[in-house]
Amino acid sequence: MAGEVEMRRLRWRCRRGLLENDLVLARFLDKHGQALEGARLAAFERLIALDDNDLWDLVSGRAECREPGLQEVLAWLRAA
Amino acid sequence: MPLAKRQFDAVVVGAGGAGLRAALQLSEAGLRTAVVTKVFPTRSHTVAAQGGVGAALGNMGADRWEWHMYDTVKGSDWLGDQDAIEYLARKAPEVVIELEHFGMPFDRNEDGTIYQRPFGGHMQNMGAGPAVQRSCCAADRTGHAMLHTLYQRNVRAGTQFFVEWMALDLVLGADGRVLGVTALEMETGDVAVLQARATLFATGGAGRIFAATTNAFINTGDGLGMAARAGFPLEDMEFWQFHPTGVAGAGVLITEGVRGEGGYLLNKGGERFMERYAPNAKDLASRDVVSRAMATEIKEGRGCGPDGDYVLLKLDHLGVEKIEKRLPGIREIAKKFANVDPVKDPIPVVPTVHYQMGGIPTNYLGEVVVPGKGGPNTVVPGFYAAGECACASVHGANRLGTNSLTDLLVFGKAAGETMVRFLEENPGHPELPADAADRTLARIARLEGPGGGESVHEVGRELRRTMQAHAGVFRFPDLLAEGVKRVKEIAERAEHLAIADKSRVFNTARVEALELQNLVEVARATMVSAEARKESRGAHDRSDFHERDDANWLKHTLWYREGDRLAYKPVNLKPLTVESIAPKARVY
Repeated sequence: MAGEVEMRRLRWRCRRGLLENDLVLARFLDKHGQALEGARLAAFERLIALDDNDLWDLVSGRAECREPGLQEVLAWLRAA
Repeated sequence: MPLAKRQFDAVVVGAGGAGLRAALQLSEAGLRTAVVTKVFPTRSHTVAAQGGVGAALGNMGADRWEWHMYDTVKGSDWLGDQDAIEYLARKAPEVVIELEHFGMPFDRNEDGTIYQRPFGGHMQNMGAGPAVQRSCCAADRTGHAMLHTLYQRNVRAGTQFFVEWMALDLVLGADGRVLGVTALEMETGDVAVLQARATLFATGGAGRIFAATTNAFINTGDGLGMAARAGFPLEDMEFWQFHPTGVAGAGVLITEGVRGEGGYLLNKGGERFMERYAPNAKDLASRDVVSRAMATEIKEGRGCGPDGDYVLLKLDHLGVEKIEKRLPGIREIAKKFANVDPVKDPIPVVPTVHYQMGGIPTNYLGEVVVPGKGGPNTVVPGFYAAGECACASVHGANRLGTNSLTDLLVFGKAAGETMVRFLEENPGHPELPADAADRTLARIARLEGPGGGESVHEVGRELRRTMQAHAGVFRFPDLLAEGVKRVKEIAERAEHLAIADKSRVFNTARVEALELQNLVEVARATMVSAEARKESRGAHDRSDFHERDDANWLKHTLWYREGDRLAYKPVNLKPLTVESIAPKARVY
């Protein structure tokens, strides 16, 4: 998993403008935080770098994402 | 260790709509402007505003700013200050057109003008009706588009952003002038003094004091906590708007647009009960009227579900096409947080805290005003507030839908303009006191010291539970009295918070403890102010004093942290240029 400092930084960056994202990301980190490393960690960081509405569109299935590298983590987020 | 000190002409705390609009005014005037923000600016809670900006542009039919003013005064249940409300309604078209010129992607009519959608409580002809379409929007992303537009403009103007910094306390000079803030840089864990000749708080609301809230996790009332600790009063904190339609059990907002487009509420008998409470406006009555009706249905045993603790929002009759075109996202929210598909089944909803009407007392120029030598509204030199954390007061006892974005544009700009003038007239930095950061450093040391023992998680949960149970949408005298006692006990516990993690870099446990201390101040102000106000007005609804009482209570509450002292000041019923709108019964 990511280093301790990195995990704390990630947890803070899961603080969002939209409550919807706050709730989903908190559920996600509790469930999958331990499994975040390497490519998965990079994918997660790219997803949370999105704007709140864009992230929520992806998580809620209102938008689709074509990048193969993001699919697994996005699927976890959608299920969270 | 010597404390880092940075000097600016102006420091703005908070990078939502109000902070960005004010910062833009300052930076474009060539002033060195710092914006301090816990999260990246475009992740501020303004992003959650979907409904639109209220402004009497008259693009969809006749409209006048006087009508917008009337609706706002009436919406406020006459607790709003009419000078500030006139200013809001008159300036609204100007700030909207300005935003359009900044590149805001508003929805358009065929003729190229800004499309305006209908919203509850907005009427033609000084409340007489019919309803008017006054809300300017960018699909359901109005707040998002506004933040991006203003952020880009600020980058262009050279505003300096301190991202992932948390402001901790105000710095005051010996003469009472505000000289900036202390702030924590999360990346390093260091505390610095951000010295400023003028300081603006635009820190948003504190809805996280309640268990059921639509507010994001960041909405912890940091500006209010800082102001209260510095000895400034908080105004009208008993007034919290409960949005009628939060998803039961989650808090996630179902936009009022659902009812704007024709959705309506049902009780367990399948009755469209709003027809009884508001025969004309029905489900489009103002938010507190709808919330109260829902709570009454639930209280009188007509709620739905196994515990009868919610009502249903029906929209399947709108059809899949209209739901997806006009209300994008609602279907997904309902599926994810309520586990229903609204094209087939109604959504369980409950009144949920949404907006804080009270805040740091200001005038319509954005200056913080407190009782002092110059009367009840004496200006605090160098201190400004705008947006949800401020109380101008335009929302009074109840905010009209779409006026939150109008508020932050109008008063963000007004505060910025006032600061520019103040800075021109007051060149040079006053001397910082030697103990500028002592109070902040002592507070942090106490969190990490041996005297603590209270858990941030436990105290926070108890606070939210207490506020929900004792200061909800309906208020009972015994519960309020007990609530005051409990919230004071919780405040005492919050003096002894302890954090196990004493590391420096991104210590979120420390940040959460500091946030909780701010929430506690807001909760105390709310409970004490609510217990004392023996009437029902707008969003403050008491079972024992069911009527508005203008003879005794047409006045603003001021709560002081020291001894939980209350004072009152008159409501300004005199507008700037037009006739006063005299109090009368608020009927929709």
